[in-house]
Amino acid sequence: MRSIPVRYRRAGFLFAVAVIGLGLPWVVTGFQSLQLSYVLIFAIAMLGLNILTGNSGQISLGHGAFVAVGAFVTAIGMQRYGMNMFLTFPIAALVCGMLGFFIGLPALRLEGIYLALATFALGVGAPDLLRKPAAITGGVRGIVVPPVISPFDWLQDEQYFYYVCLGVAVIVFLVAWNLLSGKIGRAWRSIRDSELAARSSGINLAGYKTLAFAVSAAFAGLAGSLLGLANGFVSADSYQVTLSISILVGSIIGGIGTIEGAVIGGLINEFLPTESHDFIYQFNPSLSTAAPGITQGLLLLIIIFFARDGIAGVIRVTYHRLRLRALGRKEAEADVMPKAV
Amino acid sequence: MSDFIAQVVAGLAAGGIYASLALALVIIYTAVGLVNFAQGEFAMFATFICYTLLTNFKLSYFIAFPIAVGIAFVAAFGIERAVIRPFYKSSQLTTVLVTLALLSITNSTAGFIWGYVPRAFPSPFPFKPVNVLGVSVSIQDTAVIGVTLVVLVLIWLLINRTRVGLAMRAAAAYPDTAELMGIKVGNMRGFGWGLAAAAGAVSGILVAPRIFLEPNMMQGIIVYAFAAAVLGGIDNPVGAVVGGLLLGVTLALVGAYIPSLADLRLEMTLGLIILLLVVRPSGLFGRPHVRRV
Repeated sequence: MRSIPVRYRRAGFLFAVAVIGLGLPWVVTGFQSLQLSYVLIFAIAMLGLNILTGNSGQISLGHGAFVAVGAFVTAIGMQRYGMNMFLTFPIAALVCGMLGFFIGLPALRLEGIYLALATFALGVGAPDLLRKPAAITGGVRGIVVPPVISPFDWLQDEQYFYYVCLGVAVIVFLVAWNLLSGKIGRAWRSIRDSELAARSSGINLAGYKTLAFAVSAAFAGLAGSLLGLANGFVSADSYQVTLSISILVGSIIGGIGTIEGAVIGGLINEFLPTESHDFIYQFNPSLSTAAPGITQGLLLLIIIFFARDGIAGVIRVTYHRLRLRALGRKEAEADVMPKAV
Repeated sequence: MSDFIAQVVAGLAAGGIYASLALALVIIYTAVGLVNFAQGEFAMFATFICYTLLTNFKLSYFIAFPIAVGIAFVAAFGIERAVIRPFYKSSQLTTVLVTLALLSITNSTAGFIWGYVPRAFPSPFPFKPVNVLGVSVSIQDTAVIGVTLVVLVLIWLLINRTRVGLAMRAAAAYPDTAELMGIKVGNMRGFGWGLAAAAGAVSGILVAPRIFLEPNMMQGIIVYAFAAAVLGGIDNPVGAVVGGLLLGVTLALVGAYIPSLADLRLEMTLGLIILLLVVRPSGLFGRPHVRRV
């Protein structure tokens, strides 16, 4: 069997992804379109964390705080100032990016476990901090976000919102791809692997580490904007530390440090809790509330024990094994796919 | 003045609870060099076990308390040997994730067994305050302080005045040398986890009558325990206890005398964590972190 040249394979793969991404809302129900929008939203937030934790090596247990701020920017912009939805996205990204930069500054002095502790404190405190200025954030009652209405007759509201999320996700993924495959991504990964070696090679540690914080916070803020729109309602109490943890855990299960891992993580975060809940519900309704936490925890342990690179890593290894078997070693090695970032 | 003393007593009681949980975190950090984010959930689980012993088995509080603490010890020993052991050579991200997985599993398992409806936890000590020399002192608070002190002294004696404590310290400081001297380092690490879970269980059982018993009960407490541990130095057991008491008293006094800040106790604590980590990560009593490159 002859192997297809790399560039055609890649083009074919991108084409397939595009067809699936664009076509999905036409084959599923409106509710499922909304679920898929949530998948994209989580994927955007996880991509931010992939940059911070997976590439620059800084642990964040508090990214839910940025998601919350992004959601509030959109909610306040649309509700109080009557802004267009699309106008609030760059503002949310900018506000969260700046916030991330300022939080990245003290984070420079913290390494490993201490940064985990500090960001955990941020994640725990965020709902309380955001609830207190009730004049701005609506306090415990929160802010109602205007529903997203499709401007086209031929597109349902849910389908339209899905495409909005898809558009934001594509932009974010392109930005991430460009950052990660160039000089900046290389600098981040060298910092992750050894700060000392990176500094010795002339890499500006402070600059790159705060940049990673700012970019990942901006992504999380964009995810928050969309999340607020998807929920139709933004309240400080819906952004508990569990959100931060599930973003991190989901991106690990998906495969941290990789772009495709973020999408898989998004799928896991959206469908695993509801599916495991519904599965247990058939047998015992009273036990089903505990199912999502247990499955999430067990799956995380399994991944850490047996598949360090997450589900994305498993898929990649399986793919290459299968190719190797189909083509024989020589041909497979002759045009092996360049390793994804 | 009497009000001041009452506030200090209340602060010490709260501080004792923070101190026990902070001590749990510090014991694990000194024993194996990682922070157990599931510590609060372990404490919650032990508290539920104590509750079951009290209500279903009708045991006396003074029998149920040590049994629950003992179960926590054994369970944590087992968890360390089974789940944590493979990861000592792994990156910090991995160990943080493992403890997060434990957090999620422990929390949900408690919900699975006992449900999410908050329950009142019985306390053998009356809530009514008594009058001592014109000062109104809560028996509940005094008892909490007393139990905490006894437990902390016992743990201190165990670590500093017994063979097994010495072996544990040796295993933590020089694992390779300790192994050559015939110390079973693995068992000592499990022992450290067990001891930590026992200290955490004490904090859970003592705090339960003041808040409601439910799977998420310790999530509000763990932040204060983190703050106490960071304040005292995360590698210093005595520091953690002092940090916990200091934090408890300070927050009680601030709450009583500066009403405008009373509502911001959580924010002040979080700010304190971040400030300390940035300015003085080794805490008040910890050794500065020196690393050979």
